[in-house]
Amino acid sequence: MIQSGEKPKVKKHIIEEWTGKIVTSLCIVLLVVTIFSMVYFVATKGLSSFFKDGINLGEVLGGSKWKPEGEPPMFGALPFIIGSFSTSILAALIAAPLGICAALLMVEILPKFGRKYLQPAIELLAGIPSVVYGFVGLSVIVPLYRDLFPGQGLGIAAGASVLSIMILPTITSIATDALAALPAGLKEGSYALGATRWQTLYRTVLPTTMPSLLTGVVLGMARAFGEALAVQMVIGNAPHIPNSLFESTSTLTSVITLSMGNTVMGSMQNNVLWTLALILMMMTFVFVFIVRWLERRAQR
Amino acid sequence: MSAKTADKIATAVIITLAGFIVLVMLGLLGFILVRGLGHISWDFLTSAPETIKEGGGIGPQLFNSLFLLVLTLIITVPLGLGAGIYMSEYAKPGKVTDFIRLIVEVLSSFPSIVVGLFGLLVFVNVFGFGFSLFSGALALTVFNLPLMVRITEQGLASVPQAQKEASLALGLSKWKTIKSIMLPIATPIILTGTILAAGRVFGEAAALLFTAGMSSPRLDFSDWNPLSPMSPLNPFRPAETLAVHIWKINSEGLAPDAPEIAAGASAVLILMVLVFNLLARFIGRLIHKKFTATK
Repeated sequence: MIQSGEKPKVKKHIIEEWTGKIVTSLCIVLLVVTIFSMVYFVATKGLSSFFKDGINLGEVLGGSKWKPEGEPPMFGALPFIIGSFSTSILAALIAAPLGICAALLMVEILPKFGRKYLQPAIELLAGIPSVVYGFVGLSVIVPLYRDLFPGQGLGIAAGASVLSIMILPTITSIATDALAALPAGLKEGSYALGATRWQTLYRTVLPTTMPSLLTGVVLGMARAFGEALAVQMVIGNAPHIPNSLFESTSTLTSVITLSMGNTVMGSMQNNVLWTLALILMMMTFVFVFIVRWLERRAQR
Repeated sequence: MSAKTADKIATAVIITLAGFIVLVMLGLLGFILVRGLGHISWDFLTSAPETIKEGGGIGPQLFNSLFLLVLTLIITVPLGLGAGIYMSEYAKPGKVTDFIRLIVEVLSSFPSIVVGLFGLLVFVNVFGFGFSLFSGALALTVFNLPLMVRITEQGLASVPQAQKEASLALGLSKWKTIKSIMLPIATPIILTGTILAAGRVFGEAAALLFTAGMSSPRLDFSDWNPLSPMSPLNPFRPAETLAVHIWKINSEGLAPDAPEIAAGASAVLILMVLVFNLLARFIGRLIHKKFTATK
């Protein structure tokens, strides 16, 4: 029996403790629910083009003709898939050597110059919004390619150039962390054996940090793969497989950006666009999986 | 080729490539500022855009961007702090925690356009918020939450173990310890991270195309009643942000001075991001000084 004036049985700090625990748990539950509902909603929408509209999976993944308004409409997304992969892989190929060299310079060769000039430069590149990259690409890189190569300048080469600058900070910062975390004994051992700096870097430092360096490259590629607006502005947006790197084409993200607003929710074309979004989402899972695998390799 | 020559060549190549990056950065920045700064004037920053005539400004877009940022931070910061505290202090090591970590990592690597599409489906259509600032803020929250969680975790991890144990040994509850001992110490890191994240939110466009919308109604800047449809403060009106505006005038701009407007708006966007970066450093240093009594 609780009499008036007696303190309640549950003490104040225990209530406080439980409130904190419950509130923070709710936040994390909300986060988890958001992710699951995201996967659920995009997947159901994306799969409805197969189940409701009866489109063949092979046609979407393997068809090279995209004519959503044609008779009969054709939904071959192969040009977009090729566009996405070629731009992001090419961007990673350009950015990886640059980023790793920048990291080597900052950690091994000129740490003072690196920290004073290169680090801020790269941090700033990371902060520039993607539309600004798109705008600069459109007003500098596209005219440059138009003058140097046959074609309009728009296309995979322009897209990859813009993306490579965008993903440079990702690759550089991860490579810098990996190089800085390397035990000094390893390098000193190599130097003590009489190796030059390049021999040390090439034979000891780079092979041991390779999984971490690749993690950065894959993360950068994932970012390039999912980037929408900057690519859309410089890629040209023609829905076919290009014959050269300087010919207008499209990516998964660019076609979604352009067409999603012009189609009616629930229509066949709209559903196929959701299928493309689902492909983007699946690719994210693949990238995360590769990164996790590389990280496990790096820990060994 | 002797090992020494190879060493010299390799060093030269590395320095050249790194120098190239600095050049690209300077060229990029220089291009945007030189092209854009000349177009920035008080009139450009405050007047409404024109569709087919020249001389349009970016006033409503700039306001929308700032307002959307505030809305997003109001939703993101408490949620991110809560989830971050849970992950760093309450979560027990094990399969469930590992799984949560995995999906937070997945969420942080989702392309922003996919987050935008999810917002279109759920916030705009299912919840019925329509193309509005509120839908946009929710989409940006989804986009930004994993980062906020990571920042909070980093901040709490920086608290010295001894300080935490001292507090617990004095009989303070765990929650009290977190709230009164750990969070204040973690504040510089959390605040710096939040300001940098704010810079990212400020420039985001792909997640907003289909959530906050690509148009802005005529705003009446003398009407500050949040419920009236013309009021700039109404969170349920469509709002085109600065980043979306840059994209739109580049892809479908009809105004004859569209390139100049895009350059001016880009310069404003870059300057804002620079301000956010400098602010983050400055505030981080200031608070660090105040809390640790170092010079």
